[in-house]
Amino acid sequence: MNEPAAVRREQLKPPVVDIGVIGWFHKNLFNTWYNSILTVCMVVVLGILVPPLFKWAFVDSVWYSSAAACHDIDGACWSVIPHNIRFIIFGFFPEGQEWRPALAMFLLLALVIYSRKRNRWQGSLGWLWAVSLTVMGVLMYGGIFGMPVVETSQWSGLPLTLMLSFFGMVAAYPLGIMLAIGRRSRLPAIKSLCIVYIEMIRGVPLISLLFMSSIMFPLFLPEGITINKVLRAQVAIILFTAAYIAEVVRGGLQAMPRGQYEAAESLGLTYNQTLRLIILPQALKIVIPPTVGILLSAFKDTSLVVIIALYDVLKTTKVTLSNPKWTGCSTEAYIFLALLYFVFCYAMSSYSRRLEKELDTSY
Amino acid sequence: MNERQVESVKSGDPIIAIHGMHKWYGDFHVLSDINLEVQPREKIVICGPSGSGKSTLIRCINRLEEHQRGQIIVNGTELTNDIKNIEKVRAEVGMVFQHFNLFPHLTILENLTLGPIWVRKKPKKEAEETAMMYLEKVNIAEQAKKFPGQLSGGQQQRVAIARSLCMYPEVMLFDEPTSALDPEMIKEVLDVMIGLAEEGMTMLVVTHEMGFAKSVADRVMFMDDGEIVEQNRPDLFFDNPQHERTKLFLSQIL
Repeated sequence: MNEPAAVRREQLKPPVVDIGVIGWFHKNLFNTWYNSILTVCMVVVLGILVPPLFKWAFVDSVWYSSAAACHDIDGACWSVIPHNIRFIIFGFFPEGQEWRPALAMFLLLALVIYSRKRNRWQGSLGWLWAVSLTVMGVLMYGGIFGMPVVETSQWSGLPLTLMLSFFGMVAAYPLGIMLAIGRRSRLPAIKSLCIVYIEMIRGVPLISLLFMSSIMFPLFLPEGITINKVLRAQVAIILFTAAYIAEVVRGGLQAMPRGQYEAAESLGLTYNQTLRLIILPQALKIVIPPTVGILLSAFKDTSLVVIIALYDVLKTTKVTLSNPKWTGCSTEAYIFLALLYFVFCYAMSSYSRRLEKELDTSY
Repeated sequence: MNERQVESVKSGDPIIAIHGMHKWYGDFHVLSDINLEVQPREKIVICGPSGSGKSTLIRCINRLEEHQRGQIIVNGTELTNDIKNIEKVRAEVGMVFQHFNLFPHLTILENLTLGPIWVRKKPKKEAEETAMMYLEKVNIAEQAKKFPGQLSGGQQQRVAIARSLCMYPEVMLFDEPTSALDPEMIKEVLDVMIGLAEEGMTMLVVTHEMGFAKSVADRVMFMDDGEIVEQNRPDLFFDNPQHERTKLFLSQIL
């Protein structure tokens, strides 16, 4: 009916400055006069900083030279890493047995990656995890199939870091949820117990918890009974992280409207069913961002076990650098370590963002 | 209660019987000496100014609110602190809320099958068949795979009604089911409720839709200040209200 108008409307295009490369630059870098100034300043700063850094890291650097050769160059001495990689990664694990922690770590990472898809979260996956964790334990400790026993005091480096973080997160998460639910309980005994626990743990630095677990706790045990040091550190990390998770989850629970409880209850669902099917799935989804923040901290905080003389991957790196041959290469070694931590943390954080997007049902 | 009322009520055992029920919020006496018997297949519309206790009254019937004195018996089960009794009553009494209260993390179909699967222990397939039947009944079957957030208010409320129906309730409670809806969506929800009434569902409806009260209700109840002031057949209630408070209320809303 109104043909000419329709044609005219289709012929209209958005202004050139709003689309394409020019549009992007205009919108993101030069949309106001002060943003334009900022953009120019940033370009200048990057121009001053990046070229020398690039020169140091890649042009003047050496990658596989001997320690002695490092003294004669201006660039980075990356050689420190390939030369010491065995000790940085595996620490005091006996020579010749490195394949065992390597395989265990590979198994762990492979399973984590496999488990990332939600449609694989089924009963069979639980069994797969149970079997794999047992295999990992056997690989690390040995004692059967001709593998010599490796005491936990020799577990160190990256396997120790990964183990403390993984079990720290996996055990602290459900414990934290239970504490959060307990803190909202109508039963005064449970409620106050949870409050006391959460506030006490949150009022104490992790370092002091680790000290307590390694020095004070054994004093209370009867003569002759010792609990493994790695296990004690692990428990301290779990208890510490759980208290923080609990408060975040409690925030999520409080964000749930009363109507959700009422709708579930008016269907005849029990309190436990209501929590499990209606409240927790929504509350935990809301608090994914702060939860991941806590899990990332927990991951990085495992490096504090160094103060109770456990050799995690940070400590093994430091030990390497205490060798006079390599003392000058601390920057390079720490950059390597930072990258290592970053890879794990970034993977976790981007996975959480994907999960958030997948679980988003608000349109 | 007037003569006619007593006549219509005396046949058979009531499905809901409330005797001398009181409720307080702290010191505030929100419901005072409530006596109410509801017969099977009876449709009751409860109206009254806001804060008169009408929502609280129907929320007491499935124990979303606790009463402190008196007796509430639903389908032969008395509501006490016994959680088993409460859960039994809740499974038999459907409830539709002003703000729908669908579960946003579940699809429409999952919203409907949740109760039958977890409370009634029905197999998933059977629950889904029932759910689809009721979704068709409320004219919304094509939305089964969507999430509540993707539906309009009127559609969400129809899903909420279907969700209750999937539990095969003996009684349906409606707490201002159309108050949160845009005007053009009220009719689609009322039509579903009228259909339900025609099939003989026992219904207690808190609403300001006086047209619905006139055409569907067997009895209209007026509440004010926590008391049942007056109840009557709709024609008598609207044409010949007995109490001053009822007259005042009707003059304000009609």
